[in-house]
Amino acid sequence: MSALLQVNGLVKSYAGVHAVRGVSFSLNGGEILALIGPNGAGKSTCFNMLNGQIRPNAGSIKLAGEEIVGLPPRTVWRRGVGRTFQITATFSSMTVRENVQVALLSFHKRLRSALGYAGAAFLDEANKLLALVGMEAQAGRPCGELAYGDLKRLELAIALANAPRLLLMDEPTAGMAPKERVELMRLTAAIAREKGIGVLFTEHDMDVVFEHADTVMVLNRGELVARGTPQEVRRDPHVQAIYLGEGLLYDARHREESAQ
Amino acid sequence: MEFLLVQALSGLASAASLFLVASGLSIIFGVMRIVNFAHGAFYMLGAYVAFTLTDRFAGPLGFWGGVLVASLVVAAVGALMEMVLLRRIYHAPELFQLLATFGVTLMVEDLVVLIWGSEDLMGPRAPGFTGAVSVFGRLVPSYDFLLIALGPLVLGLLWLLFHRTRWGVLVRAATQDREMVASLGVNQKWLFTSVFALGVFLAAFGGALQIPRTTVSHAMDLSIIVEVFVVVVIGGLGSVTGAFVAAILVSELNAFGILILPQISMITVFLVMAVVLVVRPYGLFGKPEGAPRAAAGISIRPWRPMTNLERSGVAAVVVVVALMPLFAGDYTLSVGSEILVYVLFAASLHFLMTVGGLSSFGHAAYFGLGAYGAALLVKYFGAPMEAALVIGPVLGLVGAVLFGWFCVRLSGVYFAMLTLAFAQITWSVAFQWVEVTGGDNGILGIWPSSWASTPQGFFWLALAIVVVCVAALRMLVFSPFGFGLRAARDSALRSEAIGINGKSTQWIAFIVAGTFAGIAGALFAFLKGSVFPETLGIPTSVDGLVMVLLGGIETVSGAVVGAVVYKALAIWLMSKTELSKLVLGGVIVLLVVAFPKGIVGFLEDLRHRRPKAPGGAGSEGAVDVAKVEAAR
Repeated sequence: MSALLQVNGLVKSYAGVHAVRGVSFSLNGGEILALIGPNGAGKSTCFNMLNGQIRPNAGSIKLAGEEIVGLPPRTVWRRGVGRTFQITATFSSMTVRENVQVALLSFHKRLRSALGYAGAAFLDEANKLLALVGMEAQAGRPCGELAYGDLKRLELAIALANAPRLLLMDEPTAGMAPKERVELMRLTAAIAREKGIGVLFTEHDMDVVFEHADTVMVLNRGELVARGTPQEVRRDPHVQAIYLGEGLLYDARHREESAQ
Repeated sequence: MEFLLVQALSGLASAASLFLVASGLSIIFGVMRIVNFAHGAFYMLGAYVAFTLTDRFAGPLGFWGGVLVASLVVAAVGALMEMVLLRRIYHAPELFQLLATFGVTLMVEDLVVLIWGSEDLMGPRAPGFTGAVSVFGRLVPSYDFLLIALGPLVLGLLWLLFHRTRWGVLVRAATQDREMVASLGVNQKWLFTSVFALGVFLAAFGGALQIPRTTVSHAMDLSIIVEVFVVVVIGGLGSVTGAFVAAILVSELNAFGILILPQISMITVFLVMAVVLVVRPYGLFGKPEGAPRAAAGISIRPWRPMTNLERSGVAAVVVVVALMPLFAGDYTLSVGSEILVYVLFAASLHFLMTVGGLSSFGHAAYFGLGAYGAALLVKYFGAPMEAALVIGPVLGLVGAVLFGWFCVRLSGVYFAMLTLAFAQITWSVAFQWVEVTGGDNGILGIWPSSWASTPQGFFWLALAIVVVCVAALRMLVFSPFGFGLRAARDSALRSEAIGINGKSTQWIAFIVAGTFAGIAGALFAFLKGSVFPETLGIPTSVDGLVMVLLGGIETVSGAVVGAVVYKALAIWLMSKTELSKLVLGGVIVLLVVAFPKGIVGFLEDLRHRRPKAPGGAGSEGAVDVAKVEAAR
């Protein structure tokens, strides 16, 4: 089986600064892949290249064998790539349900229609998606009133509206309470496994990464320096060196040892 | 050759005042994010006060002292306005500050006439600079050379002020990040006031320096403010150097445009601005604006379609209005027809502004194009009213297709300015293409068909068209297209990430708004029986903006209420008082301060302040959707 996502030699530089230099990796359907690395390693740049927000200087991004490099975000989305943002981006003048309905209308190519009440369109589908992320009780609330954790869940519902094959999540749990983090990632993992969606996410919280990712990739100064199971990556001396100052991996290992 | 040089010198001299005023506007915008519409009024006040002072005190000291004192006096007035008015509305949506300063402009126009009379005034010559210098055998006023030298001098002084003083460093810091400067313990209030005072000083100084060159008149403000907007936009908002370069560019274009292309002299400047904005969307020296403030601002309550009760209410109002011709007099009915036309005009602009998040400063262009479309059909093809009402608005549509394509590439203030530029280009065409449009004399004899020629008949016609069009616009708001448009407005990032082509959606919205404005314009032509260039002038665009903001920018149909209130008030004031601008301006300022969410927004707030019925917000929403479905 060929990979769902095949990235080869991705390069991006800004005015002489090499943000990403030759990143290659692959991702299978149903696999949960974490991309970690210190601040400024190029994680967000990678992400934004994958969904077409930034055009790479070189490299190839193949989704199920088809080249998607150079396509605008909206076209990448049509090919089946959903994404959530580090700083949530939702439609603040609409209700929670309407946010999902817009995504559904767009998916079904109904947004050019001038007839009918959009608030009544795809009601069942919208409710199902909201129920999936546990937001059905808040469906009628103005999106602007939501707590941050709920916004993150709403983003997930929106990202799932086009029945994606690939889900990109940029720091999905940033700003959430620890308990919420675990819940959201469990939910994501369950959905991904059930529907065979490939998930790529970045994350600063190593607990989240090591608990939920099938595979972990480490990015440092624009280059992939390690890839493997959470266990392998954690024990990689190279990775430890990168993270030494931050103490995150040390803490994680320490916890693991004391648990044994 | 010599002639060209002299012309170039004259252009440079004009550039000096333009630069002074534009740099003031740019500095104010850079720090406070306010487009100060009253800047032209301060320029005019500077000229008038300087006239009085230099008239009273003769001699070099009297003249130069008078110019300086006049600028300081006006700067103090500006500071007062900032403290009393602007400080109250910094948290309102950006356009409200524009509306408030527009209100002030109206007031100043009447006050100036009240104090100095409506006659143009001739100021004294500058002592020591009364003569002329011979350049290659042609005479150039020596005062022009003084102005030419003054431009770079002021630029240098401003540079020193911003780079070599503590105050200047704070101001530059505030330009980049206001919150950060505030958190460093700088008193923002006084920083803002002082910046505003400096900006107003520069405007007044620019005006005062004009008195030896031109007559002082009460129409100075509007003529300069448009040019200043152009300069600031070409140069880049917030950039003083940009204002300097653009002032020279614009002045030279004016000086030579009139020689080379007298037919389209007024258009050249706006064409250059349009080209600059398309190639460099933030002006020559501007930087991209930071993330715009949340689309419309204060607190967005999700829109809902009307309940059956509300629908019945609206239907009842329409029926009552439709019965008016049975008892109202002819005058009332023709006023009513005019108000109806403006209701549609305002509703079309509201659709673009509120739903699309695109604040057009030149919406009159499409209103006027619709009016001219209808008038030209009648004049050249002898079309009957029915045909002209249908085909006339097509001209508005065509204009919106063409201009909209360029405009939607920009956003925020730059979008507003490009729409203004296109409106001015359209106005110039109507004004200067005399063979076709009749120029200033307009097109006369555009009368309705006989069945609609009575005030009653026309009122019914207007009511029918306006009701249908406004209902159509409202349906569009709640249609899938309207949702997509709002999505693009709320978050460009998210809408793009769910497959929405924001630019093309906005372009369609622009065309829709332009077409509906065109319908209003065509009706207007038959209401008045004539069309003049003023129909697509700036005051008409501003009227539209005022109506939308007055009604409430965050509401679905506030524009309808805003248009009725504003137009009725304006017509009533015009008939009651000589000082209608003063009163109208005052009313606008008061309304902005008292109802920053507009009339309808205020009423909605009142309604929502009442305790809610038991049951979660979620179930309430579900009930609403169910109701709507039941109503179908």
